Amino acid sequence: MSSKTIVPASLAANGAAGVVLPQVGSGDEYLSAERCVELHRLMVRARVMEERTIKMSKSGEGYFWIGGPGEEAFNACLGLQVHKGQGPAFDYLNLHYRNSATLLALGMPMLDGIRQMAMRATDPHSRGRNFPGHYAKREWNVLPVSSVIEVRHTMAPGTALMQKRLGGDGVTVVTGGDAGTAEGDFASCLIWSTIPGREVPVLIVVANNCWGISTAACNVHSEKRIIDRGRAHGIPGEVVDGNDPVASWYAIERALTWCRTERKPYMLEAKVSRLYGHSSSSGALRVKGEVDCIEQFEKKLLALGILEPPQVAKVHEAAELEAEAALEQALTEPQPSPEDVEMFTYADSAVDAVYPGDYTGLPG
Amino acid sequence: MATLVQAVRMALHYGEEHLGVTDIFGEDVGPPLGGVFTATQGLKTAWNSPLDERGIIGTAMGIAYAGGRPVAEIQFCDYGFNTIDILKVAGNQRWAGAGNFDMPIVVMTPSGSGIRGSLYHSHSFESWASRLPGWKIVMPATALDAYGLMLSAIVDPNPVMVLLPKALLRVRGEEKIPGEPEDDNELKEMIDAPVGDRSNWTPRWPELKAHFIKIGEARLARAGSTATVVSYGRPLPLCVQAADQLKQELGATFDVIDLRSIFPYDWKTISASVLKTGRVLIVNEDTEVTNFGEHLLRRVIDHHFYDLLVRPRVLLGKHIPGIGLNQVYEQNSVPQFAGIKEAMKAVATEEA
Ligand SMILES: Cc1ncc(C[n+]2csc(CCOP(=O)(O)OP(=O)(O)O)c2C)c(N)n1
Ligand SMILES: [Mg+2]
Repeated sequence: MSSKTIVPASLAANGAAGVVLPQVGSGDEYLSAERCVELHRLMVRARVMEERTIKMSKSGEGYFWIGGPGEEAFNACLGLQVHKGQGPAFDYLNLHYRNSATLLALGMPMLDGIRQMAMRATDPHSRGRNFPGHYAKREWNVLPVSSVIEVRHTMAPGTALMQKRLGGDGVTVVTGGDAGTAEGDFASCLIWSTIPGREVPVLIVVANNCWGISTAACNVHSEKRIIDRGRAHGIPGEVVDGNDPVASWYAIERALTWCRTERKPYMLEAKVSRLYGHSSSSGALRVKGEVDCIEQFEKKLLALGILEPPQVAKVHEAAELEAEAALEQALTEPQPSPEDVEMFTYADSAVDAVYPGDYTGLPG
Repeated sequence: MATLVQAVRMALHYGEEHLGVTDIFGEDVGPPLGGVFTATQGLKTAWNSPLDERGIIGTAMGIAYAGGRPVAEIQFCDYGFNTIDILKVAGNQRWAGAGNFDMPIVVMTPSGSGIRGSLYHSHSFESWASRLPGWKIVMPATALDAYGLMLSAIVDPNPVMVLLPKALLRVRGEEKIPGEPEDDNELKEMIDAPVGDRSNWTPRWPELKAHFIKIGEARLARAGSTATVVSYGRPLPLCVQAADQLKQELGATFDVIDLRSIFPYDWKTISASVLKTGRVLIVNEDTEVTNFGEHLLRRVIDHHFYDLLVRPRVLLGKHIPGIGLNQVYEQNSVPQFAGIKEAMKAVATEEA
């Protein structure tokens, strides 16, 4: 752990209060204290939201739980660095189901995550239809998360093709787990994003927790590093400690910069933890023996004096209050109604004699 | 008159020029071949993809998310089975995502038997496709319908699958595509790539005009009063031919309904005809267990049980693992002219 004396202008201005905060280092890389405080808050909010939804899965306020405890550091860094917006001028996100920290970093209120878990009609991502963590948001180019492992890898080169054509610096991010890379769709992504002369800016993120439900990666995979699979296609990549927000921040920055400037794919393999097992189906119990990115980061922030213990406690308390309020609010909101069952099947069409609007049941 | 496959090509050209088509792609779709059935020769947005059907559907979806209008080809529907779960995802994106994203993609693929294609060039796909909620599925049997339905498929903001009957791709229409030249040879010279070296060839497109056929509207290929036949794709012209002969031979007349749209299907037209005739035969060549025709039969029974004069019936492909290459196999696996005529005669003449 080291610190540098270079202080961002925004913090230097705080010097009036007489405090100059150090940066947080990892290896040769340093992140401003301000950024680290922001990341820490996001990571805690994501964890608290996930822990709340786990409780909901056990109390009957929700059913199945799956989510991202253990991926907060990497995913928060990702959410803060993508270019958020609608359409191919901005980044597209093809996420898997452990990306709650990314959505919070983009600005999602906890309430929206809780609404999905509580299956409310107000759930903006799926109207109470999908599992938690299955986000969809047009305004931020968050494409609908699908439970089907790896299918989004076949779509990523398509959005990236449109982004490259447009000529801006938009990137398509696709994330998945380690086990999912055995699907042919992962290979499809490598091939389609490197068609000679038509290479496209896809950032392929593999969140490697060394597990696919109950199967240890090392028992069914021979490759030592997943990123090596990109080599045959000329896709550069790196392995990063996804539990370390500073290392993750810079790895993501390098990766996105490559995609934005070279207009070609890049692969990041983030070593992450899986702190509550696979899902509620496996009990969603807190596992021991895996690194907790939040505990580790807090130790660093405390040691550097960036945060004091009461401040850390306050961040947790605030997140708990936010989750509590979100749950209270969500539970007052309406359930979907039986009339909602068909809603959003079809977009309006001027050339359909039977369904000029939405689906209304069998042709009558 | 243009052939069905020429009509598809002209529709795609019209789509590129006037309807915002950005990408026409798939295996061997771009130059030099322009598709194994020539459906995409000379098109300016056509490109060759890797040999990866799942990648083809997924990339089309990605293009559509980002504002493009893709038309993707699966070379033969026989090779579309590995895409079923991505097709499902395409169909459920809008619904699952609370309406956040539309999915305006067109997937076209040759379907059905009749080209002596043996096990893996003879499959039918419409019954599988009918189990993909969120999709619209059309299957034209004439050149003009192929043109009109392809234009509608392109502008419809939902996923639309255009199933092209393999056996009818080279059949000429009886009606002109709006804008096609008088002379068939002239059309051929204008838009068919030459055999052999075609590196310097460019098509000369006729001044084509819009002709939209609404999805979900059937076509009455023959009008009659004795019995109703509901079909589409390869067996459709055989039903028409049988109806013409039975009119001569028996004086029996048939409503031959070319469904054209598998989903949504034109229930109003089927229902009105069955109400009129009280006799109905449904003909298609997909395998008979859990066949889309069985769904239509269920609708007929639900709505018209007491209107029927005789047992409603289906004539479908056999539930066997494949269609064998020796024509004895094919002739005895999927409906052929003689069997269709016999079934039509039976439904028309059985005593009420
Ligand atoms: C195509 C497909 N097969 C199987 C499943 C069931 N399943 C859900 S998660 C999972 C394991 C995924 O492991 P990995 O890709 O490493 O992601 P992780 O859950 O570890 O983050 C499996 C097998 C699925 N959802 N989709
Ligand atoms: Mg895993």
